[in-house]
Amino acid sequence: MPPSGALALRAAYLEKSLRPSDVVDAALDHIARHDRHLHAFLYVGADQARAEAAVWDERYARVGARETLPSLAGVPVAIKDNMCTRGVPTTCGSRILEGWRPPYDATVVTRLREAGAIIIGKTNLDEFAMGSSTEYSAFGPTRNPWDPSRVPGGSSGGSAAAVAAGFVPLALGSDTGGSVRLPAGFCGIVGLKPTYGRVSRYGLVAFASSLDQIGPLAGDVTDCALMLRAIAGKDPQDSTSADVPVPDYIAAIGEGAGGLRLGVPDEVVGPGVEPAVAEAVRHALDVFAAHGGQVERISLPTIEAALPAYYLIAPAEASSNLARYDGVQYGLRAPSEDLHEMYAETRRQGFGDEVKRRIMLGTYALSAGYYDAYYLKAQRVRTLVARDFEAAFRKVDVVVMPVAPTLPFAIGEKAEDPLQMYLSDIFTIPVNLAGLPGLAVPCGFARGLPIGMQLIGRPFDESTLFRAAYTYEQATPWHRRRPPVATA
Amino acid sequence: MAKEAAIEYQTVVGLEIHVQLLTVSKMFCGCAVSFGASPNTRICPVCLGLPGSLPVLNRRAVELGLRTALALECRVHPHSQFHRKNYFYPDIPKGYQISQYEYADHAPLATDGHLDINVDGQKRRIRIRRVHLEEDTGRLVHSPDQHGGSLIDYNRSGVPLMEIVTQPDLRAPAEAREFLTALRRLLQFAEVSTGRMEEGTLRCDANVSLQRPGGPFGTRTEVKNMNSIRSVERALAFEVERQRAVLARGDSVAQETRHWDERREVTFGSRSKEEAQDYRYFPEPDLVPLVVDDNWLESVRAELPELPAARRDRFVAAYGLSAYDADLLTTAPSVAAFFERAVALFPQPKTVANWITGDVTGYLNDTGADLDQLGLSPERLASLLRLIEDGTISGRIAKEVLVETIREDRDPAAIVEARGLTQIRDEAALGDIVDKIVADHPGPAADVRAGKNAAMGFLMGQIMKATGGRANPETATRLLRRRLGV
Amino acid sequence: MSQVNDRATVEHMAHLARLAVSERDRERFAEQIARILEHCARLNALPLADVPPASHVIPITNVLRDDVATPSLDRDEVLAQAPAHQDGFFRVPRVLEGG
Ligand SMILES: [Mg+2]
Ligand SMILES: [Zn+2]
Repeated sequence: MPPSGALALRAAYLEKSLRPSDVVDAALDHIARHDRHLHAFLYVGADQARAEAAVWDERYARVGARETLPSLAGVPVAIKDNMCTRGVPTTCGSRILEGWRPPYDATVVTRLREAGAIIIGKTNLDEFAMGSSTEYSAFGPTRNPWDPSRVPGGSSGGSAAAVAAGFVPLALGSDTGGSVRLPAGFCGIVGLKPTYGRVSRYGLVAFASSLDQIGPLAGDVTDCALMLRAIAGKDPQDSTSADVPVPDYIAAIGEGAGGLRLGVPDEVVGPGVEPAVAEAVRHALDVFAAHGGQVERISLPTIEAALPAYYLIAPAEASSNLARYDGVQYGLRAPSEDLHEMYAETRRQGFGDEVKRRIMLGTYALSAGYYDAYYLKAQRVRTLVARDFEAAFRKVDVVVMPVAPTLPFAIGEKAEDPLQMYLSDIFTIPVNLAGLPGLAVPCGFARGLPIGMQLIGRPFDESTLFRAAYTYEQATPWHRRRPPVATA
Repeated sequence: MAKEAAIEYQTVVGLEIHVQLLTVSKMFCGCAVSFGASPNTRICPVCLGLPGSLPVLNRRAVELGLRTALALECRVHPHSQFHRKNYFYPDIPKGYQISQYEYADHAPLATDGHLDINVDGQKRRIRIRRVHLEEDTGRLVHSPDQHGGSLIDYNRSGVPLMEIVTQPDLRAPAEAREFLTALRRLLQFAEVSTGRMEEGTLRCDANVSLQRPGGPFGTRTEVKNMNSIRSVERALAFEVERQRAVLARGDSVAQETRHWDERREVTFGSRSKEEAQDYRYFPEPDLVPLVVDDNWLESVRAELPELPAARRDRFVAAYGLSAYDADLLTTAPSVAAFFERAVALFPQPKTVANWITGDVTGYLNDTGADLDQLGLSPERLASLLRLIEDGTISGRIAKEVLVETIREDRDPAAIVEARGLTQIRDEAALGDIVDKIVADHPGPAADVRAGKNAAMGFLMGQIMKATGGRANPETATRLLRRRLGV
Repeated sequence: MSQVNDRATVEHMAHLARLAVSERDRERFAEQIARILEHCARLNALPLADVPPASHVIPITNVLRDDVATPSLDRDEVLAQAPAHQDGFFRVPRVLEGG
């Protein structure tokens, strides 16, 4: 059984016990045999991947002692299908973009290539990343590798499943209200929603621009940090990307949790949280305490209001971001002699129900006469949520919460009940509203299903999250567990 | 309803002007701003609004906006923000236009300015409501045959635009013309825009209404599609009369958008019935707030070129020109610059001014040409004037030489040389001609001797005719008098 | 939030968003959106009067680019994605002037 982690792969490449081609071939073979059932990928670029692997075989064969190769040289990765890849289909899980081949690469894609990563393919998602289960993909749901009858979480379910199933060691997801952290939690892997502005959004197909952030999904904390390092940093093409130095996360990771103050909000360990989940998180805190961490009680009074605020802000921005899908320049066009009928029919045929719901909801929240009552009010709540966290971070360094109130639910269980579906994101959404970094790490299992814990930090302080998570990881076995399919 | 017709309505006009800013690249991307480029060759993910693309604001565009705000003496807002104006139309690729909307505490770039215009000798102050920045749309080409579709060129999509909105302070179509002329002049001197309505770098929509004396504003119509300052004046004149007729009939004016038909010289309402627009403005989350601090504003002020009024006053003060000449010399930056360069080379301001406002402008008006497009440079005008001064050619010849200089794009001295237009001063040579003329015209010669000076003019005319105008007037007169003994 | 329950509102939103919606969907969406808005109504309980709205939580201002021209895309690559194009233009159903 070859090593599965990116860092381990790189070491094996350097000591020439393994070649990128071996790994890429194995990955493609693994995908060919098992993705029929899981449906993590919407597109697999086998030939391109093999060609790039061959190039890296060469580089590693010739690599001298002093020479250094980029951090992800020869490491296979998967990209959520809402990030632009030049000449390679980018669908966002929607019929309206079926067949579209972008004429440009997203900044994260460019940076991954510069880091030497080999892009294996594009992963499944809820249409335009609007969903929490990956059931809302126009191309069919992705299944949870731990239990194919259940959802992998969403919207980055394809990326999470691909990593959990051992198809790739690393994948990129995007997180607007929990879309990286929820699937990471449901699939028992590590997933990060970086600080808003930490990673460039250029080339990420927008859902809600003020909330969207691209983040890595990986088998363990170290790999997650490795991938963040490769994609993070100011991008002149994204006005909202911050000019904040990117530290060497790997170097900081081993510093231990000694002296770290961790806080659990009173509001989240109450009703609505499945006992097994609450129990697992409580256990995790004991582990921190046992490793020099100080656990405190904190309060996030307006966290209750985050969900409703989010479901006004996100749809509002989405209703505008998705106006461009009108059949004029690319993608689907419904034939018609009349322009406006062409618009309306193209959008009726091209969008799924959830997208339509959110477009109408967002249009309503912005429309004349309702703007103040909905959108503006939600933005005021956003200020309050941010203030809540600021207050909390005066007391603690890390806020600890469950990723989701429940275990992975069954496919179909919530698909017809939007509001129930939305509630899965109740603990992740506040973090997006406040623009903070949130790290999901596996913290236990119940009924054979993974449970995720969320570590939330100060703006641009991902390092501390990695530090805490790594300490926890070293003390617990969860990250080493893999679903059967991973070794099948 | 006859009584209605008798009412003296007051014309009320407000203008909304869109100005294309003089930048190298577009408002939010690096695509080149260029006119007449082949369709869809100045496009990128950003100005095509492709999924995933993001805007980044052009610093130069902001500074040209600030320049204009200063020139119009506006209040510049230290914090402004961009908004999305959401609507569907094929010339806006994102389904929204990025613009600066005035909502609640969201201010545009600048507000509350003014521009003074001259209305038959009277200074009128026209208030500017706001100045803001936005992006241009693509260009729609409607295929000629009714069943053919429409074609879209996105080269213009994202080109930097500045919107200037006046208060409804204009009281007649002529005032609108005056305002636009003054504004264009200001924009050109500030080097903010080429300000050419014909080329679409300056566009103007007008809100027109009629007000009962002492009453509230009447219902206004918005007039669009006017492609020159003259057509603005004409369209407004038509629209005012149309509204007056509607009111005279006892009907009420419908609030609508009307388009000016240049050929038929009428305004017509839109065919498709207008729905109440709901643009769902909200702050553009892909852009960060724009903060203009004093340092920035002062550095923009420091770079502000001399504006028309200042230039005009300086011409009067520094060159002793009449206000009238100074005004003519500041109709366009090219003219003012031409004048100053010419004066530097030929330091007789009045003479230079007379030639520019006279023959040169005359030629421009006849040919419709532009000064900076001519073969005439300040250097050439100066050398022409020197030829007159040193007596090489007469003023009359100079007028011809000027035209040839322009037409043939050649140096005046060279033309004079080639055409042999040098004045005849040589007394011997000129003397023979004088003798011949006197001999050929005994009548007039006798008249002069008899003290009828009018005949002098005739004889001089004959001499000029005989010499093709090259006879030096002073010498010729002296010789003639001597020959006739007067 | 009963406004959205009346079909006229949903119809208007669908029109603003250029979404053709079937009779059946209109009912469904109206009911679902109304429930979501009901949930959102909790916000009315909060004292928000003097809380400033946040369209962003990042403290970044004045991100500007220099006015420099950069290369554009290849037209053929772009038009290759278009449902309809002609003579280097994108083509759409006829647009009525002033319409
Ligand atoms: Mg405008
Ligand atoms: Zn561009």
